[in-house]
Amino acid sequence: MIILTLFLEFCKTGLFAIGGGLATLPFLAELTEKYNWFTTGQLADMVAISESTPGAIGINMSTYAGYHAAGILGGVAATLALTFPSIVIIIIVARMLEKFNENKYVVSVFGVLRPVVVGLIAAAGYQIFKVSIIHVDAFIQNKSLGTLFDIKAGLLFLVLFAAIMKFQKHPIIYIGIGAVAGILLQM
Amino acid sequence: MRVVWELYAAFFRIGLMTFGGGYAMLPMLQSEIVEKRGWATEEEVLNYFAVGQCTPGIIAVNTATFVGYKQKRIIGGVLATLGVITPSIIIILVIAGILDRYAENVWVAHAFAGVRVAVCALVLSSIIKLWKSGVKNTAGILLFLAAFVLVAFVELSSVWIVIGAIALGILLQIRQNKRSGKQEEKEGDSSI
Repeated sequence: MIILTLFLEFCKTGLFAIGGGLATLPFLAELTEKYNWFTTGQLADMVAISESTPGAIGINMSTYAGYHAAGILGGVAATLALTFPSIVIIIIVARMLEKFNENKYVVSVFGVLRPVVVGLIAAAGYQIFKVSIIHVDAFIQNKSLGTLFDIKAGLLFLVLFAAIMKFQKHPIIYIGIGAVAGILLQM
Repeated sequence: MRVVWELYAAFFRIGLMTFGGGYAMLPMLQSEIVEKRGWATEEEVLNYFAVGQCTPGIIAVNTATFVGYKQKRIIGGVLATLGVITPSIIIILVIAGILDRYAENVWVAHAFAGVRVAVCALVLSSIIKLWKSGVKNTAGILLFLAAFVLVAFVELSSVWIVIGAIALGILLQIRQNKRSGKQEEKEGDSSI
């Protein structure tokens, strides 16, 4: 039963995640609220591992998320489900139009969709931010500012962000630095 | 039949050697598909990428389906796609199995707390990059803010936001068509 639910949810993700890369993130973030498959914190771990291993990020994240929900079979089902709508759509598009991406309606839809997708990814990023650096939920519970800001995490974030913007190296390097810093700072 | 398995094998290699997907796949596609096998021209690969970006799903998958379909129709499209996702499935399942076993370990927990911070920084830098290419004017900023607020604070599903954006894009184009239609009529009238 859970496999069927997984399959349908990841078909939905495959159908609505447009633009590649992190476009699957908002849909996976939504799943954390709807089911007990994985937490937002685990979602952040999945981003890290998906960026540090071969393969497309969206595919890697789906395999990982499916595995967390329902083991190996779940990982396979989620990944196949994610690709299913794409295969059908691409085969239709390949058959129908050569100049799909020059169609006036497609161009117009993408003019709207592009900034909207950035907004969706930002909203998913904000959710991960909330569990990793500022602990909004804990703050609401005990109203102490000390719990709102994790000073170590905040500083590490600023240093890493500055380094990413300056050096533009492969994500795996910053993920490695994050792991070492986490151990050294006892985060 | 041989071509079909070759499609699977070639895309398996591409999936295995690509870190990050999307445009990171381009160099591997050029060597495996264009240069080694001549399954597509350089230009065709770029076209597949462009269409892959305007259709749902992962760009790597969309491109694999395109190349496979062109060679061997539906069976080719399906096997090329399975090829590109197989390495991910194997690698991620192995890593997930190992990591979950050590999730309770204190050192692993500390490491992942640090990794999550790095992920926040990486996601923010991706958003900035996407912002530069996708948010170009006031309308773009408003659309970005609307999507962000509706999902982060109103907790509307991203599915509705995407459907809404597609509908808005179509409506804008219909309005544009009507306008240019009227203009042509006027121009026609004055010329008579």
